[in-house]
Amino acid sequence: MKAFTTLTGIAAPLLRANVDTDLIIPKQFLTTLVRSGLGRHLFHEIRYSPGGRELPDFLLNREPYRKATILLSGPNFGCGSSREHAPWALLDFGIRCVVAPSFADIFFNNCFANGILPVVLPAEQIAQLAEAEGPLTVNLPAQTVSCGGRSFRFEIEPARKATLLEGMDEIKRSEANLADIEAYETRRRAEAPWLGVGGN
Amino acid sequence: MSPRTLYDKIWDEHLVATRADGTSLIYIDRHLVHEVTSPQAFEGLVLAGRTLRRPANILSVADHNVPTVDREKGIADETCRLQVEALEANVKAHGVPYIPLLDDRQGIVHVVGPEQGFTLPGTTVVCGDSHTSTHGAFGALAFGIGTSEVEHVMATQTLPQRRSKNLRVRFEGDLPEWTGAKDMALRLIGQIGTAGGTGCVMEYTGPAVRALTMEGRMTLCNMSIEGGARAGLVAPDDTTFAYVAGRPLAPKGELWDAAVAHWRTLASDPGAAFDQEVVVDLRGMAPQVTWGTSPQWVTDITGRVPDPAQARNAEERESILRALDYMGLEPDTPMEAIPIQAVFIGSCTNGRIEDLREAALVARGRKVAQGVRALVVPGSGLVKKQAEAEGLDRVFLEAGFEWRQPGCSMCLGMNEDRLEAGVRCASTSNRNFEGRQGRGSRTHLVSPAMAAAAAVAGHFTDVRRMEVQR
Repeated sequence: MKAFTTLTGIAAPLLRANVDTDLIIPKQFLTTLVRSGLGRHLFHEIRYSPGGRELPDFLLNREPYRKATILLSGPNFGCGSSREHAPWALLDFGIRCVVAPSFADIFFNNCFANGILPVVLPAEQIAQLAEAEGPLTVNLPAQTVSCGGRSFRFEIEPARKATLLEGMDEIKRSEANLADIEAYETRRRAEAPWLGVGGN
Repeated sequence: MSPRTLYDKIWDEHLVATRADGTSLIYIDRHLVHEVTSPQAFEGLVLAGRTLRRPANILSVADHNVPTVDREKGIADETCRLQVEALEANVKAHGVPYIPLLDDRQGIVHVVGPEQGFTLPGTTVVCGDSHTSTHGAFGALAFGIGTSEVEHVMATQTLPQRRSKNLRVRFEGDLPEWTGAKDMALRLIGQIGTAGGTGCVMEYTGPAVRALTMEGRMTLCNMSIEGGARAGLVAPDDTTFAYVAGRPLAPKGELWDAAVAHWRTLASDPGAAFDQEVVVDLRGMAPQVTWGTSPQWVTDITGRVPDPAQARNAEERESILRALDYMGLEPDTPMEAIPIQAVFIGSCTNGRIEDLREAALVARGRKVAQGVRALVVPGSGLVKKQAEAEGLDRVFLEAGFEWRQPGCSMCLGMNEDRLEAGVRCASTSNRNFEGRQGRGSRTHLVSPAMAAAAAVAGHFTDVRRMEVQR
């Protein structure tokens, strides 16, 4: 996973509530066997006409937002389906950070697994960022989002922050607890012998 | 020890380690795997040179993109076929138990797990699917995960987790006639909103929950995620044990007795502290129907489409306006006056035998209205077989419904079961998001009885007023 420290780039304001993962990446693109290549289908149904032409009014079809690396949005971002294709699509498009007043739990987790930083800020601060001129800077070590002279601090759990700063492989981290896992399994087999699937 | 909630108890029993940074490593007992969210996980494992720690603790089945007609002839859509073939190759290579597509036990992963006795009380259950919350009906801590976490569980049989908040949902009163678990779920979500349970595990309590069958409890827990909670729980009781007993993968003999003795301890202690509590009054509740593009936008069948002018603020007004525009609805329209062109009865929410019986009661001796296309998709091959043994397939076919093979089907339309733009559907599924059942499709969430009633009426109608013999 790619580490995340600071990011300066174009922030696209998609300021609606409850952006669900079906909207981020619709069903017809979930048959892929790989993680890459979903960026061109990001927000497909509101980005293209049924015939596949770009809808000129849609944010990400306009300059400068075609090159956005940050997304500003409304509350409960990423609700619905657990599909990790949603962060894969954002990442493949070039989005490394989503700023919203709140996130749905599964999407929030999926972001960290992919080196995307989900930033929680109050809606009124996000509105100010959306109106500010120029590029936006996200500084993870300092936990700030700044744009056009405005700067807001955000909170992030220390373990989450460390994961992103180091671009850590979570599986490798859990493998460090192998002795604990083995001890747990031995204990559980004795305490709850019915847990073997089919009595095995 | 201080009083604990059911969630606390399951958490404590599955705690493998607490790490220096404050995160906890939780053991995962059961892992359900399907074709859509697993290929990248298997690939990741192989690339990293890792193996599956406990392949026997996995149950895999293809459900999301499989055809629901003529599947004996194979899968016509090439990308869907390749994905199912990838699952078959992966489970073979890694020794993972798999239910083949043409097996009677095949079906929606959340119908199959409980049916096979794979889902047990007090266990942790995960799946790369948000509706894993379904299994909470057994008093199992069950939640959806992303593909990276699928890979994590395959490799380590654990997940790093943060403790969730305890949210108690107390349903007051008994269920009125012709309302059920689906109406309870929709009513709750209407009350707390789709983010109401974010960061929480919801425990469902109250006499109406106790009175629910296991299938009803699964319907209720299934939609926990639509209320923002990753997991929902119902404390196990005799109803639970009677359902699990004798299932193929459930413990037997002495192990069964030991298991039940333990499972009886799995209830929130008197005086256990909940972070939040929500009370939902079921007295006088009418069957529920959603009108918008989020499950929280729901009303009584006797209600009307809301007027954006009545919105609490500008933001809400704009949201309602966009939803009404997408749904093609005028403010103040009575719900019963809204015509439909499609009906979908099925999904992990309402694709079980009791759901089909309920719908068949309404369909019996009636005809699907002209211009309406109605699908019945059983949740599994075993549900289909049972329904056919009871003659329900004949009831549906004679009424003009299509009787399909099991799968997720039109709940999300990954296979060819999709709606055309502008088509309005009474659906027993769980999400009415924009485009969920096909680009431009308009989904209204209802119970199986209400879906069948809409099918024969050609518009939403109050099933309580129909002459139906229970």
